[in-house]
Amino acid sequence: MTDSAISIKNVSKQFGDTVVLRDINLEVPKGQVSCLIGPSGSGKSTLLRCMAFLEQANAGTILIEGEPVGFVDGPNGRRRQTAAELRRARSKIGMVFQQFNLWPHMTALGNVSASLRRVRKMSKAEAEAIAMRQLEKVDLKERAHHYPSQLSGGQQQRVAIARALALDPTIMLFDEPTSALDPELTGEVLNVMRTLADEGMTMVVVTHEIGFAASVGNKVCFLDHGKLLFHDTPEKVFAAPRNPRLEQFLDTYLDRGAFLVQ
Amino acid sequence: MTWYLFQLLLQASLMTIFVSVLSIFAGLGFAVLLSAMRMSGNRVLFGGAGLFISFFRGVPLLVQLLLIFNLLPVIGITLPSLATAIIGLSLSTAAYQAENLRGGFEGVPIGLVESAEMAGFSRLQTFIYIRTPIALRMTFPALVNEAILILKASSLVSVVGLVELTKMAQNLAASTYQPLPIFASAGLIYLVINLIVAFAARRAEDALPGLPAK
Repeated sequence: MTDSAISIKNVSKQFGDTVVLRDINLEVPKGQVSCLIGPSGSGKSTLLRCMAFLEQANAGTILIEGEPVGFVDGPNGRRRQTAAELRRARSKIGMVFQQFNLWPHMTALGNVSASLRRVRKMSKAEAEAIAMRQLEKVDLKERAHHYPSQLSGGQQQRVAIARALALDPTIMLFDEPTSALDPELTGEVLNVMRTLADEGMTMVVVTHEIGFAASVGNKVCFLDHGKLLFHDTPEKVFAAPRNPRLEQFLDTYLDRGAFLVQ
Repeated sequence: MTWYLFQLLLQASLMTIFVSVLSIFAGLGFAVLLSAMRMSGNRVLFGGAGLFISFFRGVPLLVQLLLIFNLLPVIGITLPSLATAIIGLSLSTAAYQAENLRGGFEGVPIGLVESAEMAGFSRLQTFIYIRTPIALRMTFPALVNEAILILKASSLVSVVGLVELTKMAQNLAASTYQPLPIFASAGLIYLVINLIVAFAARRAEDALPGLPAK
């Protein structure tokens, strides 16, 4: 248990009457890549957002490296963390969004250095030096002074990854990082993620890129209708799907793949 | 209409520009504060901002200026007409600019706020560094429009005893008995100032990075 970067216990979530997550239990091991797959509306993005407390689970607990995120147990039951407690809990997490969510009024360098300056209170020079190294890592040093609107989608997403890495997180959460990109640009983002995985970063990736999940993922979690149906190594999940629903889901991908090859 | 009279008008227009520019920027700052009050989640602050905006949008500027001019001495504050004029204009424009900004603040995509939260920004930091600059950019054309309105509305501050372009034109018209050329000249000066403002704003708009439209 102590090896878990993220530990999810009995988490349920509903929006009004719609149940989105049903009693999820999941341990995300340190230094590994866990991929969340499943059809649209299966709750995989919601589960990821709950890990960052961008959504509040209605029940259950989520621990980030053993520390609760969002809610803490007090003498009178669970209470919401204060803003400062939540910031501390989140400080171990870097998050990458489907829509990149870069701040449009700042350059790439500004996006990556902003939190170092405002949150870590570094000097401009110090923050930009670190930001520059992060941009170099995602191969965008020459684009440092460009605004998001002057960058391609793939470049924007790589800036977003650099921005998340600047704060030195131990866990990276990716919410469909390539879903807004065309296939050509998807590759450059997946390559950056692959490098991160090779460096031993703990990653949770919500993705439709079954190929990425199969080749980079250490664990694959399959969600359907808010339930975690399957959680195992990619070999077991993809080679011999034992679950009929999972088999059906993967079939649609095989169909699509076959269609593309023709 | 002589060159000398025109020069007097030009000199007075400097006062118009001075009062307007100061009021526009003070009003904008105040409008951001009003926006923060409305977004604070605190009911008292929210109500206070709403009341302020309703009053200053609902009462004619001329009446506001006369109220401030007559009210301040009653409560023991005597201010020069210049200060009274700037206070009156900036409070009034703040109400309108706050309404303009509301659309901008509501249009800031939630994802940009979430990414700020994940980057460790506090609510106040998110407001200062993310929400406000984006809202200002999104509403920039409306804010410039309001600035031009204030430049013209500054002609009303003569009622608190300040001699700006309109008041000077009135004085000169009364002493020279040539109202037509003098008011025509004053109108021309207003027009030229506002054309320059509009042109500069258009250039600034093109140069501003991060407008969602681009």
